[in-house]
Amino acid sequence: MHNKLSSPELKKKIKNLSGSKGMSAFTAALLAIVLGLIFGFIIMIVASPENSLSGFGMVLLGGFSRLGDVFYFATPILMTGLAVGFAFKMGLFNIGAAGQYTMGMFCALYVGFMWDLPVGVHWVACIVAGMLGGMIWGFVPGILKATMNVNEVITSIMFNYIGMYLVDMWIQDNATMYVSAKTRTNYLPQSAQIPSLGVANSNVNVSIIIAIVIAIILYIVLNKTTFGYELKATGYNKNASTYAGMNQKRNIILTMVIAGGMAGLGGAFAILAPSTIAGSSMTYEPISVIAANGFTGIAVALLGASNPVGIIFSAVFISYIQRGGTLATMFGYKPEIIDIVIAVIIYFSAFAILMQSTLAKSLRKFTRGKVKESNANANNANAGPAVADKKKEEV
Amino acid sequence: MNTFYYLVQNTLPVAIPLLLVALGGMFSERSGIINIALEGIMLFGAFFGCLSVYILQGFSMNPQVILMISMLVAAIAGVLFSLLLSFAAINMKADQTITGTALNMLVPAVILLFAKMRFSSDGITTDVNFYIKEIPGLSKIPVLGPLFFSNTYITVYLGLLFLLLSVIIFYFTKFGIRLRACGEHPQAADSVGIDVYFMRYCGVGISGILGGMGGFFYSVGVMDGNINGHTGVAGFGFLALAVMIFGQWKPLKIFVAALFFAFLRTLAYSVALIPFLNNLDINQTYYKMLPYVATMIALIFTSKKSRAPKAEGIPYDKSK
Repeated sequence: MHNKLSSPELKKKIKNLSGSKGMSAFTAALLAIVLGLIFGFIIMIVASPENSLSGFGMVLLGGFSRLGDVFYFATPILMTGLAVGFAFKMGLFNIGAAGQYTMGMFCALYVGFMWDLPVGVHWVACIVAGMLGGMIWGFVPGILKATMNVNEVITSIMFNYIGMYLVDMWIQDNATMYVSAKTRTNYLPQSAQIPSLGVANSNVNVSIIIAIVIAIILYIVLNKTTFGYELKATGYNKNASTYAGMNQKRNIILTMVIAGGMAGLGGAFAILAPSTIAGSSMTYEPISVIAANGFTGIAVALLGASNPVGIIFSAVFISYIQRGGTLATMFGYKPEIIDIVIAVIIYFSAFAILMQSTLAKSLRKFTRGKVKESNANANNANAGPAVADKKKEEV
Repeated sequence: MNTFYYLVQNTLPVAIPLLLVALGGMFSERSGIINIALEGIMLFGAFFGCLSVYILQGFSMNPQVILMISMLVAAIAGVLFSLLLSFAAINMKADQTITGTALNMLVPAVILLFAKMRFSSDGITTDVNFYIKEIPGLSKIPVLGPLFFSNTYITVYLGLLFLLLSVIIFYFTKFGIRLRACGEHPQAADSVGIDVYFMRYCGVGISGILGGMGGFFYSVGVMDGNINGHTGVAGFGFLALAVMIFGQWKPLKIFVAALFFAFLRTLAYSVALIPFLNNLDINQTYYKMLPYVATMIALIFTSKKSRAPKAEGIPYDKSK
């Protein structure tokens, strides 16, 4: 009897596991995270066994001691996450967030150094410039995809390289922006920096609030507007949505422009952040390396199941373990350990939904076995087998 | 004329990695699996190839023998790494582009971690001289001698050998025909008794072999036997994908496309040596962007009539 009582409960649990979509995306992300962390732990054991426990503890919990920084570093990857996730909804893979990010960063820097604007307006202008820069860099792959059917993955990768080389060249050629003795950009004027939130020893600033608001706006656009509906419909079935009279070309271009704008904002937010050291600011070093934040955005988008609200949380989470990874250097580990964990998380989240449904299936098999067992035990219970059979059919 | 010799001599060692990796991509995609992980596979192969060189350089061996052994090591590393893609894409029916991206992100991080912890640097530096000044006898042939048999690497000849092998396997064996069938119409292939999963594992596996070797050849021919986790293979894996598309998924066309891109790159890095281009006084960076811009333009012209394998990117499900 006891078994029979528990089986509906189990069923409910299984339903929770594989039933609702949001729930399933959440547990899938959780599964991927756990596997990624386990893998990271194994790597740490291989790399240096004696420190592995304290190092891994730091990865898991270290972020708590730097909460301000967690939100500060979450801002750019939240934006690049939105850039990737928004395009995902349409079935486009925007791997070019890195290039759009770099372009946005450059435009923000340019307005920051070259334009003389009043305090209070200057940093806003820089942010807008950054968004426009990213939009241009998203527009080209978009229009090529829409009109010429050029694979957006390859074009946006090429644009990552082109953008990186262009920006590095433009910065190095500009004597106001670039200090060749330090091989870095100069300190930005105070008026171009985003106001700080005033957390001690942290650069966390107003941009995290702007980023969260933008994410919520995108959520509304996706779920409450015709454009958002068309976008998702195209993502589900391209041919059907064309047949229904949706303007494919316009939607592809618009999506890539918006995605590019998001990544561009990420670049602007990163470079315009205030510094805790008075009289300094964030600087950029042009060394021909593609912006890592662009690729981290892919992880953020996947973990957040491309849902703008989910992306807020996944960006904070990724930033959190990155802080932990930085702190793990105290035990001789390198911050790259977190890049490995993130890569493994993406790898698993690519098939986490399937993995999870397989898990749920084997769980169901397990409970089915239990029901059978209980029938065998309680063979004189009235209508026992019939009920169990019915249950079997239901599941 | 000397400039021309110089350009050809420098184009070939750059073209070979592109050729091999693009051929690898071709085998994978013609079997139905999009292999965007080629960049990662290259770097992985290059890392283990260089590691093997690093270990072997202590023994007084002929540099060319070291190269061949390390090439095999790189191939094995590549094929093992490619299993990660096959498993996710074939068995788990994962999104192939995302899986590939994850693998591309994994490799530099792993290399940087281990290089930093073991060698306290960003990669592996070796000091074996693989460069061949001239091949005795053959380099004396007029025109052809300086073009193909001096100032070169053995990788050039090995690469051409692998091209020949690929053409034979791809067009003239039962295996090649079956592989292509799996990329066009896996259901039909299955119905005549071809194991689609197995063939796809083979396709990705071959791309692992060629990608790993191509990565090692890149570190030999372009990086003087070194590899670095930060710069990696400078997007050559992605360029190889573009070469493959430009070559319309056909080996010989891919060869021509690889030569074209390698020539552009060589030109970009030798501007200072060519008086005509040097006098134009254009910022060097524009030349460095040239291969990437050319890729874009090439894609614009080929994408409309693109002949991509019909079933690529779609996981094969026996029950459908």
